[in-house]
Amino acid sequence: MTIADPKAPRPDQADLDKAADRPEDADQWTAKIRTAAVEALPPQRMLPDRQPAYVASWIYVFGVTTIAALCMVIATGFVLAIFGPNWWHVSSTGLFVNSLHLWSVEIFMFAMVIHLWGKFFMAAWRGKRKATWISGVVVFLVSVGAAFTGYLSQQNFDSQWISTQAKDGINSTGAGAIFNVTNFGQMIMWHIVLLPLVVVALVGLHVLMVRLRGVVTPFAAKNETPGVQPGSDTAGAEVQA
Amino acid sequence: MSADTHKKPKKFVQDRDALAWKGRYEPYDLAKEFLIALIVVIILVAGLAVLFGSPDDKPVTVQSWSTANPVDFAQTAITELDGTSATATYGPPYNLNGDAQSIGPIAPAKWLGVHHPIDTANDYVLGPLGTLPESPEVQAAVAEYKSASASQQAAWTAAYEKGVANATFTNGTLVVPAGDYGPVGTIVPALTDMARSGALDGALLSSRQFYGTDYTKPLLFIADGQYLSNLAANDHLSGDQWGMMNETGQWPGQAWLWLYTLWYQVPPANTSDNGDILVFAFMIGLTILLALVPFIPGLRSIPRWTRIYRLIWRNHYREVEGGSTGGGTSGSPPQVEATSPEPEPVPV
Repeated sequence: MTIADPKAPRPDQADLDKAADRPEDADQWTAKIRTAAVEALPPQRMLPDRQPAYVASWIYVFGVTTIAALCMVIATGFVLAIFGPNWWHVSSTGLFVNSLHLWSVEIFMFAMVIHLWGKFFMAAWRGKRKATWISGVVVFLVSVGAAFTGYLSQQNFDSQWISTQAKDGINSTGAGAIFNVTNFGQMIMWHIVLLPLVVVALVGLHVLMVRLRGVVTPFAAKNETPGVQPGSDTAGAEVQA
Repeated sequence: MSADTHKKPKKFVQDRDALAWKGRYEPYDLAKEFLIALIVVIILVAGLAVLFGSPDDKPVTVQSWSTANPVDFAQTAITELDGTSATATYGPPYNLNGDAQSIGPIAPAKWLGVHHPIDTANDYVLGPLGTLPESPEVQAAVAEYKSASASQQAAWTAAYEKGVANATFTNGTLVVPAGDYGPVGTIVPALTDMARSGALDGALLSSRQFYGTDYTKPLLFIADGQYLSNLAANDHLSGDQWGMMNETGQWPGQAWLWLYTLWYQVPPANTSDNGDILVFAFMIGLTILLALVPFIPGLRSIPRWTRIYRLIWRNHYREVEGGSTGGGTSGSPPQVEATSPEPEPVPV
């Protein structure tokens, strides 16, 4: 028996790399998922290095700014979570990290709202992008909930006042039966576990949808006749507002 | 005959369908754009944090409330005992003493019932005083009150509620004009003393378990008084001051709740007993409309009518309507011109 060289290529690696091509594995669920994923989002579409020439406006910056701010929100939230909910009330360093967290959220929400209205005025749902639009609206709603539970989890005067005022609205819908805004333990769990998971998952889905369909094209120019160009989503179709 | 044979071409709806891109593609470094955006966000956030920090006003405790305004505390305590406070008459999910908000027959809170039960007389007054066994006078008063008939209790509390409206706090003692208060004349001052010592905070929290994280009972008790709302009003946080989206001081708060807050400033939300559920119903409706804009004719045409898109894509339209559309198709390798018509913004 010989000792294997860990740096040597595995003899079966080439076979593994070709696994997707094995006819006998074509019915395997894993192979099907991989094939479908690669067909839908090949690397060049997943991380394209070119964009249509019309993708040249400051408005396109706000989508990626939203994601960058979300990264900052999560990073500062991680630090606050490491030291626990009491830390930032008694430590000047903790208070500064809380300030970073607060302003990250403000920029996150600001960038997301600009992104949302930018996409609205581009009618970015056109061309089979309705689900992308809806997922974006849902991300905004869940983010409002995530920020709201953050305000409720502060353990200070603001959280006392906001929770005792907001309870009436929440209770009126019946949601107060299970979502008790005056229960600090429940609110901080929603704030640092449940809602961030949903936000991150939905943002990931939203980005995949954008990559899948690409960036929406502009409305037809004055000298263009929409619907008669070969290659259009609905080539040869009649024009209708 | 197959169904495809007579399938009509789908109508091109400008606000639903998009043209395929037939122009040129240009280099666009997404990774670099993200990194630059991240650096800018970090610098911006750090600058704002250094310049403005974040608010952290100390929370109000039952002790700080009863110390700062013992008369307000006593006036609130008697309403908890006689069941006339906001919490005592709230209804679901805290008790069944009030009507849940509704829109016609739709009353979700009523349907779901009581989930966080609060009996204000026992939870806020009689129960906590029962944890003071070293005060036989107080225990006797509590026992006398509990054993009295409901009408007798109501007579005592009604009399005390009138008396405490003119109460003062002098030399560490609650002074209430003389009256036939029965044991209530002992109970409320004793609870005020307990609150001022800090013992009531502990009693309200530890009633369930040692490691408590549910502050529902003390928060609702504090909110029943005037002290908390007066502090909030001084800091522009009341409902009629757009308080839902404000934060203490001059911090921006939850500015994204502006539309939700707006409805509380105007009728019917600011006049109706069902204002909260009306606002929520309206906001749910608006949210559904926003999500379903792509499907709603007229609404989905607003972007085309407003023509803001021509500002966003002004370079594109200038180029296309100027006669040059570039080459390439969406399905073929992109053709890139050596230079752009004009400098484009650097994506960050």
